[in-house]
Amino acid sequence: MSEPRTRAPFGRRLARVESKVELGAYALLTVADRAGPAGPRPGQFYMLAAAERWGGDGERPYLPRAFSYARVRPAGGVGDGAPDFGSTVDSGCMLEFLLEAVGPGTRRLAELEPGDAVWLTGPLGVGFRIGARPGVRRLLVGGGIGTAPIVCLSDDVGEGGEVLLGFRSGRHARAAELFGTPADLATDDGSVGRHALVTELLRERLDDGGSGTPEVYACGPPPMLEAVRAICAERDVGAQLALESGMACGFGACFGCVAPTRRGYVRLCVDGPVLDASDLDTALFAGAGH
Amino acid sequence: MTRPFELCGVPLRGRVLNGSGTFDAVAAHRAFGDELLEAFPFDAFVSKTITVEPREGNPPPRLWESPAGLINSIGLPNKGVAGFLREDLPRLGELPVPLVVSVMGFSRGELGALVAAAGERDEVEMLELNVSCPNVETGLVMGADPAETAAALEAVRPLTEKPLIVKLTPSATDPPAVAAAAEGVGADAISLVNTLRGMALDPRTRRPWLGAGTGGLSGPAIRPVALAQVAAVAERVRIPVIGMGGIASGRDAHDFLAAGADYVAVGTETFRDPTAGRRIASELNVISREERGFSEAAVT
Ligand SMILES: Cc1cc2nc3c(=O)[nH]c(=O)nc-3n(C[C@H](O)[C@H](O)[C@H](O)COP(=O)(O)OP(=O)(O)OC[C@H]3O[C@@H](n4cnc5c(N)ncnc54)[C@H](O)[C@@H]3O)c2cc1C
Ligand SMILES: Cc1cc2nc3c(=O)[nH]c(=O)nc-3n(C[C@H](O)[C@H](O)[C@H](O)COP(=O)(O)O)c2cc1C
Ligand code: FES
Repeated sequence: MSEPRTRAPFGRRLARVESKVELGAYALLTVADRAGPAGPRPGQFYMLAAAERWGGDGERPYLPRAFSYARVRPAGGVGDGAPDFGSTVDSGCMLEFLLEAVGPGTRRLAELEPGDAVWLTGPLGVGFRIGARPGVRRLLVGGGIGTAPIVCLSDDVGEGGEVLLGFRSGRHARAAELFGTPADLATDDGSVGRHALVTELLRERLDDGGSGTPEVYACGPPPMLEAVRAICAERDVGAQLALESGMACGFGACFGCVAPTRRGYVRLCVDGPVLDASDLDTALFAGAGH
Repeated sequence: MTRPFELCGVPLRGRVLNGSGTFDAVAAHRAFGDELLEAFPFDAFVSKTITVEPREGNPPPRLWESPAGLINSIGLPNKGVAGFLREDLPRLGELPVPLVVSVMGFSRGELGALVAAAGERDEVEMLELNVSCPNVETGLVMGADPAETAAALEAVRPLTEKPLIVKLTPSATDPPAVAAAAEGVGADAISLVNTLRGMALDPRTRRPWLGAGTGGLSGPAIRPVALAQVAAVAERVRIPVIGMGGIASGRDAHDFLAAGADYVAVGTETFRDPTAGRRIASELNVISREERGFSEAAVT
């Protein structure tokens, strides 16, 4: 099977922020990517930097930051008179990014307003392999901000996918509103959905005797991914994990974003971020997450 | 029309190279496809540093962002010279620009083996010797000491006719003396600077953040240091100087040229802007053209 990768145009491009809405603990940033390809694949990511106050005199943020896209839709016409960056033809797409402000870069992006510009490179990396095998039962598992790529994955998989989400609190669980299909929720504080970890929901589903060969797709914090990996390994269930590590470039140039696998270190930005769980001894390695 | 340039007898279409280890043309081709080849951002391509044996590189985390800079502890992961020549060289040979292969040996014997093996391949136009490593036989960092650098270069000089670029480490006490020693025994060009040793602590644990403990600082944070060293080295040698360290714009590149560099290389800025090399080259052309305009106006 060819790898699920839509190639990026070479270089970074300016794109316009269309909207920014608060979604509980997160911000949802919509960016009009007129000059990019319309069909990124779920699990692929973009490198983002604000056009202003980023890498200027002296301070952080300096390097761009990696973000999975959460949703994509056609760009629509341009003739709204709004200032536009990039090509003026009806092309590209609207990209939605779900952001959690954890440091200077994500804080800067979360304060952007409609009309502001961002530098965008992508889509990058290899996404989830969905395939078209019959009789597969697809379990989509998202934890916290790791829910982002699970949204577009669920859009692609459609009705058949079972979505399980875990969040710290009800404020974080607002991200579940992005899904077109109903999801099963768990929260650490029990304020919304089950008072449990999402991995508990996964364990129950895998053991419920439902029909179809299960395949698990997951993104979330490293301890969650490690639990998913172990649960699936015990049951000999296939799993694809979208991993994170600190990235400087996003296109294989710096060799900084490595994860240890059974094949040695691999760069998550070119060989991932989605890796087969069977390639990993652990998803909980030094430098995992970011 | 752009003026043709020539580095050690190899014609180049411009003056902007990449810093070794800061651009992987094979990986970039996977991400960007053939557009990379159509609009290749550098005027010559410098490979990542290759060693005799394959190396996994350092344990993660390998990156730390510092004010206007980056500290990396990548640890020279590479396939080893045999793997590189077999798997990567044929693909790098297809790039639309001349290829420079960067090598590092942990002894004079290793360095000689690398120079001989890479030098005999037609795809390779030039070799760059990364001497920022200890010689396991003498315990000295090769590039830190003029005599050590000269001895290493003398040993490998007869092994190839291809141009040899010596890449200096900024940690040397006296980089111009190292450059002069290299020139004295047949180096064809000098490149500088490599990264500066740096460290960061995990804000939570106060233990070193990087997997290797320390790393190399690059980016605009080191630009003034690099500029001073480039100026001092250029003053001292007649062979071409390739200047780098924090170059992020045509203005920066122009400063390095004004300080005596003949060529410039771009590293960390490419992480922010994959086509930075091309942007910097065109910004540089504009500045050069304006300057020529001024000087022509001045003589008439
Ligand atoms: C493939 C991929 C997809 C991602 N998708 C999303 C997404 O959809 N949504 C989202 O919100 N996030 C996503 N992330 C994470 C996001 O990239 C990081 O949260 C972001 O880079 C943090 O940048 P910052 O400047 O806000 O915080 P930083 O301060 O840079 O980073 C926060 C964390 O990084 C470490 N750190 C602190 N200081 C430094 C430093 N100086 N240098 C290096 N590391 C440091 C610490 O562990 C800290 O907790 C993704 C990451 C990857 C790799
Ligand atoms: C991630 C990274 C990897 C590097 N790897 C190498 C290398 O393999 N060999 C080498 O000679 N220099 C290496 N360098 C040094 C660069 O080539 C360059 O000398 C240095 O980064 C200064 O330039 P800059 O500030 O433009 O990045 C590396 C630098 C970085 C940031
Ligand atoms: S982020 Fe630079 S190689 Fe992956």
